[in-house]
Amino acid sequence: MTSDSGVSVIRVVLPAHLKTLARVTGELRIELAGPVTRATLLDALEARFPMLLGTVRDRHTGRRRAFVRFYACEEDLSHESPDAPLPPAVVAGREPFIILGAMAGG
Amino acid sequence: MTGVRVLVGTRKGAFTLTSDGARKDWKIDGPHFGGWEVYHLNGSPADPDRLWAAPSTGWFGQTIHRSDDGGKTWTPVGNDFAYQSPTSDHLFYDGAPRPWEFKRIWHLEPTRDDPDTVYAGGEDAALYRSSDGGATWTELTALREHPSGPSWQPGAGGLCLHTIILDPVHSGRIYVAISAAGAFRSDDGGASWLPINKGLRSSEIPDPDAETGHCVHHITQHPSRPDTLFMQKHWDVLRSDDAGGQWHEVSGNLPSDFGFPIAVHAHEPETIYVVPITSDSLHYPPEGKLRVYRSRTGGNEWEPLTRGLPQQDCYVNIYRDAMAVDTLDECGVYFGTTGGQVYHSADGGDTWAAIVHDLPAVLSVEVQVLP
Repeated sequence: MTSDSGVSVIRVVLPAHLKTLARVTGELRIELAGPVTRATLLDALEARFPMLLGTVRDRHTGRRRAFVRFYACEEDLSHESPDAPLPPAVVAGREPFIILGAMAGG
Repeated sequence: MTGVRVLVGTRKGAFTLTSDGARKDWKIDGPHFGGWEVYHLNGSPADPDRLWAAPSTGWFGQTIHRSDDGGKTWTPVGNDFAYQSPTSDHLFYDGAPRPWEFKRIWHLEPTRDDPDTVYAGGEDAALYRSSDGGATWTELTALREHPSGPSWQPGAGGLCLHTIILDPVHSGRIYVAISAAGAFRSDDGGASWLPINKGLRSSEIPDPDAETGHCVHHITQHPSRPDTLFMQKHWDVLRSDDAGGQWHEVSGNLPSDFGFPIAVHAHEPETIYVVPITSDSLHYPPEGKLRVYRSRTGGNEWEPLTRGLPQQDCYVNIYRDAMAVDTLDECGVYFGTTGGQVYHSADGGDTWAAIVHDLPAVLSVEVQVLP
């Protein structure tokens, strides 16, 4: 949801391995001022949890890791531009932004 | 001395196995980093409570963790393994040019005197050092920039830097081995590198005597004889007595001279251990018999060590970093298998027993003697 001050609180779901790495449980709530895009959200996520640097996207190119996917509102946003606005329901806090490991191997 | 701690990296996490000096009763702790591939974990000789681990997954990449309490708790540290100078191409399996791309860390080598300084060997081949407890990593770029670099080609496991030896006597001398580029030595702390592959013969490459391109599987050294090195190559077991200047084959009467690990006894610098594997296409022991071979003559004359090891229907492999020795008076020898067993001998290899049977496939084994 977006407050009067323009700060959005984005619900983020991490995959199990990254929850363990970041030492969190359940959904995260990431505060964001300004435009809400995948890039700005991941910037804020990595600033709060620096141990996640490099685990979701390449820390230098910003490119999504090959086996990481981004879902929200029952849509696969993985191939969207990282600078595209996230869906209004995510910005409003009605839906979470889901980071997950693709089904690949065992 | 209070005991030993065996550090085991596996396909699905890390484990520590601890015992007193008798090495009969063991406590198994883990998995740490459950679900992550731990190619290696290692302890600081300067502070045995300082441990390093390199968990990675294909999904989320490489992480590095540090423990300051002997593996009870772990803290993620820096994982920025950037190539810190322009990269050329190397060769891919098919001989086509391929850009250098970081994939994982294969080996962590803490220094003898500083718990905060540790080296890391990466894939695609690069050597890194941290001197701030793992917070940041600096690539020693001269190795990757060696003129032979564009001709390096990956071994079956990748273009991996898997062996790092920090010479205990010659300050600034470092040995590394890369599959399948070969062995290299630096005498100036990594500022420049010399290929040390003379005497290696590899029929898998167009020029069997080439300066580089050999699939070195592992190298070991006894600290009391730093100029003597022992090598398990893809095929062949070799030794050098001049710091890698020239190698001589010492495979002798081994049933197969293909294999991965090689280790040297803690107190007998001419006693060495290998685990023969049938071939590069049959990654299991000859005849289904798991046998460690020991040479007390620095090679050429080998004896099978079988007591306590399965002598029928055994089809496991033993990876390059999955054998280690302890420094107790009666030298202990340890190795782990792709079947999840960790075997140990408390009498220099005469008799063996499994510490644990059913871990995930073992990628690495190190051992610490605890004060």
